[in-house]
Amino acid sequence: MVDRTNPLRDPQDRRLPRIAGPCVLVIFGVTGDLSTKKLMPAVYDLANRGLLPPGFALVGFARRGWEHHDFAKVVHDAVRQNARTHFREEVWRQLSEGIRFVPGEIGDEESFADLTETIADLDEARGTGGNHAFYLSIPPGLFQTVVDQLRSHGLAEQRPGQWSRVVIEKPFGHDLASARELNHIVSSVFPSSSVFRIDHYLGKETVQNMLALRFANQLFEPVWNNHYVDHVQITMAEDIGIGGRAGYFDGIGIARDVIQNHLMQLLALTAMEEPTSFEASQLRAEKQKVLAAVEPPKRMDLHTARGAYTGGWAGGEQVKGYLEEDRIPPDSKTETFAAIRVDVDNRRWAGVPFYLRTGKRLARRVTEIALGFKRAPHLPFAKTDTAELGYNALVMRIQPDEGITLRFGAKVPGTQMEIREVNMDFAYGGSFTESSPEAYERLILDVLLGDPPLFPQHEEVELSWEILDPILNFWGTLPEQPEPYEPGGWGPSSANEMLARDGFAWRRP
Amino acid sequence: MALTLTNTNAAKISAALLKARRSAGSPAMGMVLTLIIVCDESEYEAAMKASMEAGREHPSRILLVVSGQGRTAMLDAEVRIGEGTPGEVVIIRMRGAIAAHPASVIRPLLLPDSPVVVWWPGKCPTNLAEDELAHLARRRLTDSSTAARPLAGLQTRAENYMPGDTDLSWTRLTPWRALLAAALDQYPSRITSVLVEAERNNPSADLLAAWLHNRLNLEVVRRVSHGPGITAVRLGTAAGDIAITRPDGLLASYTVPGQPERLVALKRREVTELISEELRRMDPDDVYESTVKSLVGPPGSKKPSTKKRTTTKRTTTKPTAKKPAAKRAGKKSASGRSRG
Repeated sequence: MVDRTNPLRDPQDRRLPRIAGPCVLVIFGVTGDLSTKKLMPAVYDLANRGLLPPGFALVGFARRGWEHHDFAKVVHDAVRQNARTHFREEVWRQLSEGIRFVPGEIGDEESFADLTETIADLDEARGTGGNHAFYLSIPPGLFQTVVDQLRSHGLAEQRPGQWSRVVIEKPFGHDLASARELNHIVSSVFPSSSVFRIDHYLGKETVQNMLALRFANQLFEPVWNNHYVDHVQITMAEDIGIGGRAGYFDGIGIARDVIQNHLMQLLALTAMEEPTSFEASQLRAEKQKVLAAVEPPKRMDLHTARGAYTGGWAGGEQVKGYLEEDRIPPDSKTETFAAIRVDVDNRRWAGVPFYLRTGKRLARRVTEIALGFKRAPHLPFAKTDTAELGYNALVMRIQPDEGITLRFGAKVPGTQMEIREVNMDFAYGGSFTESSPEAYERLILDVLLGDPPLFPQHEEVELSWEILDPILNFWGTLPEQPEPYEPGGWGPSSANEMLARDGFAWRRP
Repeated sequence: MALTLTNTNAAKISAALLKARRSAGSPAMGMVLTLIIVCDESEYEAAMKASMEAGREHPSRILLVVSGQGRTAMLDAEVRIGEGTPGEVVIIRMRGAIAAHPASVIRPLLLPDSPVVVWWPGKCPTNLAEDELAHLARRRLTDSSTAARPLAGLQTRAENYMPGDTDLSWTRLTPWRALLAAALDQYPSRITSVLVEAERNNPSADLLAAWLHNRLNLEVVRRVSHGPGITAVRLGTAAGDIAITRPDGLLASYTVPGQPERLVALKRREVTELISEELRRMDPDDVYESTVKSLVGPPGSKKPSTKKRTTTKRTTTKPTAKKPAAKRAGKKSASGRSRG
């Protein structure tokens, strides 16, 4: 085959979507929640949007005595229940042709021999041409076994004209050392360009929109620095408790679960310099630079806060406290709320504290980034006129009500001069996001296309751990349990004090 | 909420919009464009439905201009906001002398600054350049497949092309074109022949043939089938055909030499989906321009013929210089047009 440009492609022709090449997606841990709630529906939605190639195959691997058709039924049900686009018989027929199941144990030689054979059959029958993506939806403890198996069965080999990629989910380790080890395991078999770490936040439309807001506009960039911004708050709150994740969550805690990946990525996107282009390497370089400039707090006792929810009433329901949840030891020191202050030591951000907080059983589910601006240097109004005036803020709402809010002062109608904070809202319609691709869709498509800009690489992961490790170590030395906080509120009082010390207050998101 | 206005004018409609929005609690809508839909009573229902669906993806102010027959001048309006309506919808019924000056009503109702799109779901003016409403818009959408003589309709579009025009018969092709382009991504080889098979009187098939001709610089053989729509495209290569065949309008089979035959969903899309796709881009579609213009190029280059042909001998030009050749073809016919 000669290398030639495709005559049907034209850079002018922006209507044409990119369709992934024929390939096999193998999902390990296919019986898990993630797989039925997100992955399978996303695969269907992609097919429905015409973005999957005609030769696409989905292979499930799990410890179940299923036949292909049993698995197909599972996928069918998952799609029916959770897909965002309409169920269409012909799309299902296209997909179901390539659905296979391999029962077996991860450590078992024979199961992997079966898997290898199934994939080889598919390469033949579906023309998938040796292109394989392995989605490890399994606990990180099993990665070693799986990647070793993949290697010994020749599934990880990178042959010319074919690709073999591996997709892993958070957590990417539980501290710097384990993250390095994990990376070592995966990269010993797959080159780093073939490792796709999924942080589903980065697949969200609004997160990508942050880049547009910052770098496509003239309006915001001039004030996006310490001359105008005096602090930044990044919040990711959940209204639910730990639910059935006790086994995973206890001992890990929310800082490892959320701050290390999601909040650090949001921080990087908020604080980074403009990349020279939107190529993966450029974006990554900027994110790495800014993460390398992030300093953990000097006084850990003053600028970190942690808590654990107690029993009580949240959202009109009576809920159990963290320590009363099933399989949580009563002396657990795991935090369900974490707030930290970090500083970004560079010219743009020196002196601007970044406050990161996340928690479970807070008042509502919300993720947002808020830039708080300095007060005007002079107010030509009587003091009483501006008593109600807070500070200007630019809020990027990531979920659930995606959009952008600008807070500023406006005159209250009436004969008196009174200035009060008001909101200017931009919402690209909650409806818009219904029909726009879900984060997993976008990310799975990018894996199949081999397009990496939205995936963090191990350098970013390690840099985040370098920021978080000292904080986690400090918390580890504390004898007491995390401060209890009432469910359905905004966290423990120590978090409020932490900001009050610097003269700020948390926004109520 | 819905407000009905009879014997009204643009200022009153504007006031009603404001009132309706306030009474809905001034929701922040972030409307991104104004969509003007021009239709008559018979097309109204379908157009309304399609635009509401499209409005879910692109929150807009939708102005439905329904013109009726009659001598007495009349202007009625209905303003709908909230209650399942995406964005704002105004249905404007006009007849008599007013119907000859629709822009006078519509101009004050456009959203400030945001792009304006006008869509004729059915009948549309012969020359858009001379239409009042077309002049308000950045994008103009027509659908020649609804015309009594679709092919003639498409040729009219080509003759009167203005940047920003698109015919939905072109939008219908996107999945076909995407699949064909993907097939050549995956199987890069020299194409020696092209065949397009479709039902009679299908303007999309004409455009597809013209596009393939422009891109590949090959004679396109046309074959008539019973449809629905386009039923097959075959690109001949030395090793065999790259073929996409869709006999039922739903599920296609996809063949590439040396690989097994596979199924691919290729449903004929609803108008709603087509409109949503169109509203995603506000810039002129240059590829459509060069394709549609080649339908009415100089006599010698006139490609599409719906005659049944079974010849296997075709002229095969070297496809190395395809791109410039295609460009040239587009330009030539373009300049030919402006002169003629």
